[in-house]
Amino acid sequence: MKKTNLDVVNKFTGGNWAYTKEVKEHFFNPRNLLWEIPQNKFEFDAEGIVGSPACGDVMRVWLKVDQKKDKIIEFKWRTFGCASAIAATSMLSVMTTEKGGMKIDKALKIKPQDIMKRLGGLPDRKIHCSVLGDKALRAAINDWFKKTAQYERIIVESSRVIDQNTKVTEADIESAVIEGVKTIEDLQKRTKVGIGNPACLDEAEQLLRFYREKYFGKDA
Amino acid sequence: MSDKQYYFDYAATTPLDKRVFSKMKSYFTENFGNPSNLYEAGRKAKSAVSEAILKITKVLVCRPDEFIFTSGATEADNLAIAGVARANKEFGNKIIISAVEHKGIMSVCAALAKEGFEIVKIPVNKFGMVDLKKLKKEINVKTILISITYADSETGTIQPIKKISSLIKKFRKNKGTFPYFHIDVSQAVSYFDINVKNLGVDLMTLSAHKIYGPKGIGGLYIKKGIKIKPIIFGGGQQSLRSGTQNVPAIVGFGEAMALAQENKKPEFNRIKKLRDKLEKGIFKTIPKIVLNGHPKNHLPNFLNISILDIEGEALLLYLDEKGIAVGTGSACNSENLEPSYIISALGRPYEHIHGSMRFTLGKYTKDVDINYVLKNLPQMVKKLRQISPLNLKIKNPKKISQPKAFVGGKTPRFVK
Repeated sequence: MKKTNLDVVNKFTGGNWAYTKEVKEHFFNPRNLLWEIPQNKFEFDAEGIVGSPACGDVMRVWLKVDQKKDKIIEFKWRTFGCASAIAATSMLSVMTTEKGGMKIDKALKIKPQDIMKRLGGLPDRKIHCSVLGDKALRAAINDWFKKTAQYERIIVESSRVIDQNTKVTEADIESAVIEGVKTIEDLQKRTKVGIGNPACLDEAEQLLRFYREKYFGKDA
Repeated sequence: MSDKQYYFDYAATTPLDKRVFSKMKSYFTENFGNPSNLYEAGRKAKSAVSEAILKITKVLVCRPDEFIFTSGATEADNLAIAGVARANKEFGNKIIISAVEHKGIMSVCAALAKEGFEIVKIPVNKFGMVDLKKLKKEINVKTILISITYADSETGTIQPIKKISSLIKKFRKNKGTFPYFHIDVSQAVSYFDINVKNLGVDLMTLSAHKIYGPKGIGGLYIKKGIKIKPIIFGGGQQSLRSGTQNVPAIVGFGEAMALAQENKKPEFNRIKKLRDKLEKGIFKTIPKIVLNGHPKNHLPNFLNISILDIEGEALLLYLDEKGIAVGTGSACNSENLEPSYIISALGRPYEHIHGSMRFTLGKYTKDVDINYVLKNLPQMVKKLRQISPLNLKIKNPKKISQPKAFVGGKTPRFVK
């Protein structure tokens, strides 16, 4: 059997398919996919959706929760996106439901790099495709909190303005990091942060370091 | 994984014709000489280069000294634009291009903008054709160069080159030698007449690997008398373009060019028929498809469609698993995550671009290949649509374009 010549080599595996074996497996045989949208809207306990078709990624997540144990017992999903996005959602569904399900507090702490680790890595420029999975999960969990009146547990993902002049937000810096920005110079090129208001550059640089560490680990 | 390869990406590159390869072989080993040298090996190489030039210029219907070899179409485009701009800046600083040019044009123009040149991009209509009225309005005494592709590399829509050249000639009648007119015919050589006089152009870019020749070789036609500066400096081989000539590739290019003239008309018709069958078949068996580009006025081997609700890279990889190779304009398949600017220029929303697929046929495409795609594509699309949470409407695309909740909750910005 001959392999196609995709001109992408995975730097983690050296393989000539752009993705790892795990990504490929989850991409071609997605787990826990919701085949039919349920007619009964109470069939699932909670639902979350993030992304937009214009940006090329949309993830929708449906959950069943064991309220007594505070555990996710079922995670169904649908994803519009590339191979990384599809495989990442599939893997996330496995992670949250294996071994009898995952505690909600633990699920809230899942980070993109936890999913990536389980997938055996993704090519650098594909990392951003996997970051919507945990966001979709958190959106669904928030929905669950609302439905069960656990308002104190709802996590609001607000976005703070860092540069009043150019209105660059913390979320802008986070997304720049996800897209691969490593230095404050590149961050400014990307977001215009601090161009008219250099006083905010210190804080921007701190956030840059914080998110580098969050998404790419301590060695980043 | 399929053993047989079903190749539908001839616009990306073509396989080397075996007849071309056999002509090239001896110039790697026994006839290895440098054409700049006077002894026999050098003379042999030099005459091989001259022969190749004659084969090419015979098709262009120009003088042999009006053509030079480059490392490919990108270098030829760069030389045409930057070389002409820098040599003629005392006469003006305005360069006009279209919104659907190849990156080889776009990028050099972006660089020239930083040198103080004014770059104007003429928009295209919904079929991808350059707006002639806007073009005419933009031409003024400061305009030194106009560069328009013969047919864009994603939808294959053909531009009205002859109309543009007569527009330019009319302007020159009163105002002198400018603007010069450059076109890129990389994708068109196998199917259309590229006689420079019929087309009325001053500079023209060619590429070998799109016509079953080797990669790493292309060339530029430069009409006698055009003022142009080199962009590569060295020993002055080919005067304008330094660097030892790539003799085997040049020989291959010449041969490929000659072969491209054989059976031109019947081959055009054969490929067009196959392409039309593919288009009809896809539209018949798969719902929610949008055609990108001009419905009639396109290269005979191009079919670009948007398949709604699914993402191009995902489909590309599903098709790859079946041995089918296609191209996509999806952001996920590009280096800088920018979705195809060419399809974007047609006014299509991002949702459509992410699901755009380009099928390009070539001389080794057979009826069975089309049947194979028509058999496999519907089920791949069906499966990916089952995975997708979207259900976009074909009409009213503006309404669904609300870029939000992307990473960071912002509309994506693309670093150019």
